[in-house]
Amino acid sequence: MILTNIEIVPGHQIVQHFGLVQGSTIRAKHFGRDFAAGLKNIVGGELKGYTELLQESRAEATQRMIAQATELGANAVVNVRFTTSSVAQGASEILAYGTAVRIE
Amino acid sequence: MRLELIIGLGIPLVLVIVGRIVGARIERAHFLSLAEREARFRSRPTLSTKRFTPPLPIRSAELVTGSVVVSIDHFKRFISAFRMIVGGEVRAYSTLIERARREAVLRMMESRPDADAYINTRLETSTLATATGNEGMGTIEVLAYGTAVHYDRRP
Repeated sequence: MILTNIEIVPGHQIVQHFGLVQGSTIRAKHFGRDFAAGLKNIVGGELKGYTELLQESRAEATQRMIAQATELGANAVVNVRFTTSSVAQGASEILAYGTAVRIE
Repeated sequence: MRLELIIGLGIPLVLVIVGRIVGARIERAHFLSLAEREARFRSRPTLSTKRFTPPLPIRSAELVTGSVVVSIDHFKRFISAFRMIVGGEVRAYSTLIERARREAVLRMMESRPDADAYINTRLETSTLATATGNEGMGTIEVLAYGTAVHYDRRP
């Protein structure tokens, strides 16, 4: 599965479009991580626990998008976009979407 | 009564001072590391455009991402509370966000350090709210993503 965030896959020809595919996940924060982040908040800087948490969630959302594309018979997803929104206090939704295509 | 006063004023004051000293040191070290790592990628362009004229045909393309969650220190949080009263640029926050953006772009490039160019780079910023309530103010996530391309160098 090839992913790009441009409209084409360089070096390949798109032969079929399957339409929009998406994958999303909603994650709540882990208490231990929240506590550590609270301490880190005093001095500022990177909150590694949260960085990892969001990276894992984004990987999960991407996997779900890929699963949807595979089901349609696609072998690439172009024009991939990511968005994040907080749905509730302490929980955020991560969405990945794109256009599933078949390339040669 | 006096003990309460000491605790009520003392602890926040200590947090602000610790934030000022340690936060400033972390920030300086981070800016140095950013400049040094950016220098390594100077020959490989990061473009925000989709179309460009590659010097060689493109062999492969793939999605790359880089992200970072940063939070502001107690001193800056305290200072910016005053800034909010009078208005104007909140410098304490602009350096924080600048650090986060540069770090996210670098992480994106470092995830595929052998790529020849990074095209259609997008930056997305979102704020995080913690489970405990309003503390989330000053905690942001920056995500950078784009398409890493490799040129075809076969003769």
